[in-house]
Amino acid sequence: MTTVRIPTPLRRFTNGAEDVPATGATVAEVIEDLDRNYAGMKARLCESDGNVRRFVNIYINDEDIRFLQQLQTPVRDGDELSIIPAIAGG
Amino acid sequence: MGKPAPGLDNCRACESVLDYVGNTPLIRLKGLESEIGRPGVELYAKAEWFNPGGSVKDRAALLIVEDAERAGLLTQGKTILESTSGNTGIALAMIGAARGYKVDIVMPSNASEERKQIIESYGARIIYSSPLEGTDGAQRLAHRLCSENPKKYFYSNQYGNDSNWRAHYEGTGVEVYSQTRGRITHFVAGVGTGGTIMGTGRRLKEYNADIKVIAVGPAESLHGIEGLKHMATSIKPAIYDEDFPDAKVSVPTNEAHKWVHRMAKEHGLFIGLSGGAAIHGALKVARKLSCGVVVTVLPDTGARYLSVRF
Repeated sequence: MTTVRIPTPLRRFTNGAEDVPATGATVAEVIEDLDRNYAGMKARLCESDGNVRRFVNIYINDEDIRFLQQLQTPVRDGDELSIIPAIAGG
Repeated sequence: MGKPAPGLDNCRACESVLDYVGNTPLIRLKGLESEIGRPGVELYAKAEWFNPGGSVKDRAALLIVEDAERAGLLTQGKTILESTSGNTGIALAMIGAARGYKVDIVMPSNASEERKQIIESYGARIIYSSPLEGTDGAQRLAHRLCSENPKKYFYSNQYGNDSNWRAHYEGTGVEVYSQTRGRITHFVAGVGTGGTIMGTGRRLKEYNADIKVIAVGPAESLHGIEGLKHMATSIKPAIYDEDFPDAKVSVPTNEAHKWVHRMAKEHGLFIGLSGGAAIHGALKVARKLSCGVVVTVLPDTGARYLSVRF
C-alpha cells in the first residue's frame, strides 16, 4: 500500500482528502489505481500519450521520478507518492 | 544600463531605484497583428519587466508600503510579511532593502530556485510552506504568523489590500489610456490577486465605459501557468470581484507555454508564463474584432522561469 499526497487543486476528486491509499508496483500502476478510485485523476496528471504532464511533478518519498525511472519507477510498500503542481497566483 | 522609464526626466539622476516603478513601455505587437490579418485591429502589450524588480508586482508592492507608512501601520523596526508565488516577494524584498525594512516572505517550498535566490539576494528571509498547498497554503501560514506576532509584522496581504488594485488605478490604467491616446477598446489581463485587472479596468471604464475588460485564467485547476489562479478551486482574493470583467478567457497550460516560446523566437520578447497566457487571451479577443485597440499586460520575463520545465 502506498500513501498518495494530493495537492489542493485535486482534492475535489478525493472529497477533500489530503492523503489517499493506492496500490501498484510502479508509479504508472499507482496512477491507474488512483484513477479507478477517483475517476478523472489520470487525465489531470498525464497527457493523452500517457506521459506525465510537464508541469506536474511526482515524487516517490523525496525523489523526483524524472530522475528515477519515470512512470516505471518501482513503488514499495510504505512509500509516499507526492503530486506537486506548479505554483499559482500572486 | 536599461532604458530609463519614459515618465522620468532622463537628464537628471533619480532619488531612488523605486522612482523607476511604473511608466513601463507599451509595445505594439505588429507581428501578431499580421497573423490575425485584420487591418483594423491593433495589439499592444505593457512590458512590465521594465520595472526595477523585474515584474508588474513592483507597482502594488510599492503602493502597499507607501500607504502603510502614511497610515502609520508600517514603521521602522517592523518586518514586512507577505505570502507569494514569487514576484511580489521579490518586489517587497527590493523595496524593503531600499527603505530599510526587514522582509519575511512565505512561499511554497517548490518555488523556483531563481526566485528564492533573488529574494535572498535582497536580504529578505524566506519561510517555506507546503508545496501541496500552493499559494493558498502560503496565505494561511502568513495569516497565522501575523496573528501570532502582531507587533513584529506588517502583513501586506496583497490578496486583500486595496492598495494593490489602487496601484493599477493610479498607474497602469492612466498609462495605458495615455499611451494609446485614449483609443484602447479592450483590456486583457491575467488574474492572480486580481489587482491588475480591477485597478486598470476600473480606471479605464471611468475614462470610457465602452472599454471592455477581459480576464484571463487557467483552464484547469491543476495547471502550469505560474502567477495565475484557477478561481473555482482557490481562495478567492478579497480584492477581486469575479463579476467585474465583461468576459473571461480560459487558457490551457500548453497554449501559454507555446506563446512563451513563440514570442521569444518570432517576436524577440522573452516573456514569462502568465505573459504567454495573456497573449493567448489577447489574440482570442482580437480575432473576434473587425476593428479595435487591444491592450494586454506581460507581467514578467522568461528569465524568471529558466529552471521550470515547459
